[in-house]
Amino acid sequence: MSTMTDTNPTDVPQSILKSPKHWRNRIAGHHWRSGDEEFDAAKLGMWLFLTTEVLLFAGIFCGYAVFRMMYPEAWANGSHYLDWRFGAANTAVLLLSSWTAANAVRCAQLDKQFWLRVNIIVTIACAALFIFIKLKFEYMVKLGQGKAPGTFFSYPHAHDAHEPLWWSLYYIGTGIHALHVVIGAALFGVVLYYAKRYQAYGPTQYTLVENAALYWHLVDLVWIFLFPLLYLIH
Amino acid sequence: MSTLDTHAGHHDEGSYLSGPPGIMAKIWQWATTVDHKKIGVMYLFAVLFMFFVGGTAALLVRYELIDPMRDVITQSVNADGDLVETTTSTGENLRDLFSGLGVAGDLTGTQIYNRAFTLHGAVMVFMFIVPSIPASLGNFFLPVMLGAKDVAFPRLNLLSWYIYLFGSAFGILSILMGGVETGWTFYTPYSTTTDADHWRVVLMVTAAFILGFSSILTGLNFVVTVHKLRAPGMGWFDMPLFIWAIYATSIIQVLATPVIGITLLLLIFERIMNIGIFDPAMGGDPVLYQHFFWFYSHPVVYVMILPAMGIISELLAIHARKHIFGYRAIAFSSLGIAGVSFLVWGHHIFTAMGELAAILFSGLTFLVAIPTAIKVFNWIATLYKGSIVLNTPMCYGLMFLFTFSIGGLTGLPLATLATDLHLHDSYYVVAHFHYVMMGGTVIAFMGGIHHWWPKMFGKMYNEPGALIGMGLVFIGFNVTFFTQFFLGTQGMPRRYANYVDEFQTLHQISTYGSWILGLGFLVHLAVFVHSLIAGEKAPANPWGGLTLEWECESPPIEHNFHHEPIVKHGPYDFETTVPPHWDPKDYPIHPDAGKAAH
Repeated sequence: MSTMTDTNPTDVPQSILKSPKHWRNRIAGHHWRSGDEEFDAAKLGMWLFLTTEVLLFAGIFCGYAVFRMMYPEAWANGSHYLDWRFGAANTAVLLLSSWTAANAVRCAQLDKQFWLRVNIIVTIACAALFIFIKLKFEYMVKLGQGKAPGTFFSYPHAHDAHEPLWWSLYYIGTGIHALHVVIGAALFGVVLYYAKRYQAYGPTQYTLVENAALYWHLVDLVWIFLFPLLYLIH
Repeated sequence: MSTLDTHAGHHDEGSYLSGPPGIMAKIWQWATTVDHKKIGVMYLFAVLFMFFVGGTAALLVRYELIDPMRDVITQSVNADGDLVETTTSTGENLRDLFSGLGVAGDLTGTQIYNRAFTLHGAVMVFMFIVPSIPASLGNFFLPVMLGAKDVAFPRLNLLSWYIYLFGSAFGILSILMGGVETGWTFYTPYSTTTDADHWRVVLMVTAAFILGFSSILTGLNFVVTVHKLRAPGMGWFDMPLFIWAIYATSIIQVLATPVIGITLLLLIFERIMNIGIFDPAMGGDPVLYQHFFWFYSHPVVYVMILPAMGIISELLAIHARKHIFGYRAIAFSSLGIAGVSFLVWGHHIFTAMGELAAILFSGLTFLVAIPTAIKVFNWIATLYKGSIVLNTPMCYGLMFLFTFSIGGLTGLPLATLATDLHLHDSYYVVAHFHYVMMGGTVIAFMGGIHHWWPKMFGKMYNEPGALIGMGLVFIGFNVTFFTQFFLGTQGMPRRYANYVDEFQTLHQISTYGSWILGLGFLVHLAVFVHSLIAGEKAPANPWGGLTLEWECESPPIEHNFHHEPIVKHGPYDFETTVPPHWDPKDYPIHPDAGKAAH
């Protein structure tokens, strides 16, 4: 990050500085002894929630492993149908967005309101780019060729009878992941709104930025596993 | 960082039950509340309503089984001298009942029976017993017993409640549309092929999926609350054992429920889009569904029983006025059960796996008996030389020791591979399961409701009335389910409306027992309603408890405590501590109480 200083606070309208939602004015919930405790609790809650997300995806990875052992041919064929370059492009997009998400947290800690917003916007833009690549160059093309899940499978040149199962797991795994990308982007959208409207996040109050970033890193991490399993391993 | 003045008193606050004037204002206040006590009370009434729905379905199942359902073929000679065969169906009790009401449609007797037992199982598991103790008594008492003003995330708590209502609405919609006949486990291919042109199965599975989120969020909230909101002076080993049990429960809820989430999601996709993962015709594997399902649903039976064990630890210690025996052993055995619970799912599908895997799962299953037995021995040692008061909570505690021990010990033959071959899928399993779930969880829940009733509503209940209800429940429960051990060992399979004549006497006894059981719960209902309308005002500490909820008023004020409590004695130090709000005319305390230095 540049060392550029943030907008001079005197330029900020009084309505924002006086708002109870401005980070300097936020107080802890009535059942907490201090804002620090509340922050720690929110972070612990987020980590527990991420654990449940890992276990949710574990079901899909487990199904992948079981059917890979049962039908290795279909699984090898399956990954040949995918173009690794689109997967790699999306990996790069998500890695970049994880970096900007981490930067957003740092900017909130340093009260750099402008760069906080820039980093969030880049993160959301990366999410949109990821979904665009996924839909335009992968889902649409594959579905057009009849490479659809389950009984909708109509690709005429399949080599193995169990390829429809491979496509089922591909669409479920990447589909649920894509849903998480959308949810994460929406979460950053909320953060962006409060950051712009109230300057709600600063050195003593950045819980939501931190938790949104944690969630985003998990979304990234899941893709880091999906990418090699689906695109690279034959 | 801004710091709240935590020592500011809350002296002018009224009870949490007092609200604004006007019925609409009150409803709005309850519907939007983030107070854990109000949310706990709403959960309590909701789960008791679900218990009523599921219990009614159970009575219907028993009513069908009072005589066997079968086709009788009669041969006769007509006027022309030809042999004529006429087929009549007998014993279709539910079909006759529902035809009389005009709602049977063209369903056969067995279809109605299948729907009745699925309704019973699905409602009781997903809508009653999983949320029962944690979401109602846990929500109300976990923060209070920790000395906190609320759970860690109050708004998330309200969200859990609405997710529970939303999920239950899906389940009820499915029932109103006619119900499902898959069994509560939704095994494929039952769940993918029955009712192919209807949405009922999808709705019921969606209900279970949504209810899972409620369960996860409640568990997550409780884990963080226990970590972050203990009162000053309360270390981990100063927590009441009820908290330890809820903590272990919450960990299982957080770790196991996502797996059923993805499983049910795959099932919904399978059903709507034929993705084929569980469909053998496309190379899918129905046994994979069973593995996924039980990876959640076995740990979740400990979600059902662990909070009950927590309640029993409180009931026995307080109503025997005795320090709990083996505090740490009980606390760690809760965590031990939670840990082992994730390693034993395979014992539900012994016949669907290899010999080595079956032997391993059998061995791991036996491990569950160790922490469980540790608890039972510690409870009995707690009672030894205690000043036992035979009131309703204590009687339910003693009943738990009796029925739960039967339930636990009859599980061992099911974990043993050789005997399980004979017993599996028989009424023996049904009896074992009900001795643990009903003889364990429901009995402890009843004891807990009576124990904390004065604190929750500020009213005493009618003790003789409650004892009569307790007696009827004890007799009815054992008559209903003990007979089923005999039925199972003699070969009666579960989930059949038909059976050979030899089983009829035992089935009839079981059905009569279910009526006594139902009567017992109706007596309890009457006692509760009477207490709410005309109950005596409860003192702040009617039993002489030392945990923090007895320092509150009955019912507690909005923020629970007038001042943040500071913990100076252990939760079970009856020998050395004078209980808060003690009035000598209420009950005697230990002669040495208050003499020893802290």
